[in-house]
Amino acid sequence: MAKITLDNLAHSYVKNPKSEDDFALKELNNDWTDGEAYALLGASGCGKSTLLNIISGLLQPSQGRILFNGQDVTNQPTAERNIAQVFQFPVVYDTMTVHDNLAFPLRNRGAEPAYIAARVQQIAKMIGMEDMLTKKARGLTADIKQKISLGRGMVREDVNALLFDEPLTVIDPHMKWELRTQLKSLHHEFGHTMIYVTHDQTEALTFADKVVVMYDGRVVQIGTPQELFERPAHTFVGYFIGSPGMNVIDAQINGALALVAGVQMDLAAGYAPLDGKVQIGVRPEFIHLGTGSAGLPVQIRRVEDVGRHKIVRASLNGQEINLIAAEGAEISADMNRVVFDPAGINVYRNDWRVAPQDKAA
Amino acid sequence: MNKTVNQKAWFLVLPVLLLVAFSAVIPLMTVVNYSVQDTFGQNKFFWAGLEWFRDMLQSQRMWDALGRQVLFSAIILAIEVPLGIFVALNMPKKGFWASVCLVLMSLPLLIPWNVVGTIWQIFGRVDIGLLGYTLTKLGIAYNYTQDSFAAWVTVIAMDVWHWTSLVALLAYAGLQSIPNAYYQAAKIDQASRWNVFRFIELPKMMGVLMIAILLRFMDSFMIYTEPFVVTGGGPGNATTFLSIDLVKMALGQFDLGPAAAFSLMYFLVILLISWVFYTVMTNIDKRDGL
Ligand SMILES: Nc1ncnc2c1ncn2[C@@H]1O[C@H](COP(=O)(O)OP(=O)(O)OP(=O)(O)O)[C@@H](O)[C@H]1O
Ligand SMILES: [Mg+2]
Repeated sequence: MAKITLDNLAHSYVKNPKSEDDFALKELNNDWTDGEAYALLGASGCGKSTLLNIISGLLQPSQGRILFNGQDVTNQPTAERNIAQVFQFPVVYDTMTVHDNLAFPLRNRGAEPAYIAARVQQIAKMIGMEDMLTKKARGLTADIKQKISLGRGMVREDVNALLFDEPLTVIDPHMKWELRTQLKSLHHEFGHTMIYVTHDQTEALTFADKVVVMYDGRVVQIGTPQELFERPAHTFVGYFIGSPGMNVIDAQINGALALVAGVQMDLAAGYAPLDGKVQIGVRPEFIHLGTGSAGLPVQIRRVEDVGRHKIVRASLNGQEINLIAAEGAEISADMNRVVFDPAGINVYRNDWRVAPQDKAA
Repeated sequence: MNKTVNQKAWFLVLPVLLLVAFSAVIPLMTVVNYSVQDTFGQNKFFWAGLEWFRDMLQSQRMWDALGRQVLFSAIILAIEVPLGIFVALNMPKKGFWASVCLVLMSLPLLIPWNVVGTIWQIFGRVDIGLLGYTLTKLGIAYNYTQDSFAAWVTVIAMDVWHWTSLVALLAYAGLQSIPNAYYQAAKIDQASRWNVFRFIELPKMMGVLMIAILLRFMDSFMIYTEPFVVTGGGPGNATTFLSIDLVKMALGQFDLGPAAAFSLMYFLVILLISWVFYTVMTNIDKRDGL
């Protein structure tokens, strides 16, 4: 178990990277706390697998260092780093039985046969495959194979970190939920540092202590699910987390006042004068529909009832904005105003969040 | 589903039937015809029944040739298959040098058999051949025209030189089809190089290796031109393999009856072994396909 430090780390798949665009992973400086469960969230191609492979040593970074507990491991091969990693698509050793597949990493480390036997039983129980141990892995279905891969990833107890690269993609939804619960309890029990890559925000938010959001080769925010929800550090985090995502609207900021589409509104705090592209971000949860003359003029386009609540799609000056209304709320056609809750407004300059100057006003 | 019954459809098979008849069945039947008859010349034949088959089965000469043949095939398989795999494992996976390797490796496969024979015939000569001359100068007794061991070494070296590429190329194709994730997982699991070969590479190569073994077995079992050009089957009968012996019998001594019986048995042996291979291979495929 280890604290992982990324120091000045960057990677390019191009031989001689010229511009920043050539880097699949842009410069990173992070600490990953020992024993914490992280979810790595981001769109396809943003560099999640690249980062994992660098941490596990399958890929040599083009610049920077990786440290485990302060010790430089940048030039250590994968085997010496003692890391477990599970890939998106199942990898099993076809000619071995399920039992031998699970025992393989332990045998390679020269563990005691008695310990191996007990540990394999334990893992088999965890992935629900106790009655299949003597079967050959060849010919099993993809989701069963993936369970074996997961089991093989979890079988070593002394690993420095457990990395999962979208491991549940090929698994059916019910089993997905169960395996995720298993992973979580495994984490509670052994306290490994875990990094779990996913596309799926629900998966990320339910699994992790901390969510790491990547965008275009950069880590844009590391935070608890609540932080990501309340204070997205980048407009991408706002869009990507939440359903529907945060509304981002052009605005002018003047102290503790915002001017949006010619309408003035209060902010929860004051801001220093801003240049560049200035926008405010408001989550649909913090927008309220109303009538009369207060707030911004909108036209309701569509109302979707998703069960727990209603999603209202409206247009503000031609731009679509989404808001959430309670399940029981009456929505009438003459509702043509929206009011933003000042506590739910974040201010962005060139897509990055700006911290307020003071908490007053 | 209802199948339409139309007996006239049989006519559509006719062209193929004719082609196969002329190319395979009729020649084969003439051999069968010879194998059950005897002649004292002047194109007069009379019925001999299974006489020739009985003769051939009791003939020491045929059993010796068969023994040499089996030994030869076994040796070249034992060398070419591991060597081919070894070469494939050490070839570059991609890039410029991979292409260079592929071209160089295919070259021996493109050379006609009798040219290969001639090359080695000259290469091994003690007076002017690079190999023979050098070995002799080094004080190693080597003369494939007089020493049967040297003759065997030459014939085997020639076959290995000519055909290892085929095994290597097939094995290489098998290796290329292994997704990178398997190697990554093996690294994570801290597998040794041997275990990577044993549990990842070998199982994934099994299909193509079976094809390689089958091809090399059939070809080596029927080998004629190359050893014939180099040694003519000698010294003595040391490198007289089945086909060489067959040609000697049929064309040299004009013993058509025994030679025909011999060919039929030869044919049946190859058919049998190929069938065994085929069955094994389809079983492997089925196991994989599940
Ligand atoms: N072996 C490689 N050679 C060259 N470019 C690569 C290679 N692997 C990945 N890339 C590129 O690097 C970028 C990041 O890829 P990466 O696989 O890390 O993304 P990802 O976030 O894991 O995506 P996904 O969610 O689709 O798995 C992509 O633009 C990809 O095209
Ligand atoms: Mg990926």
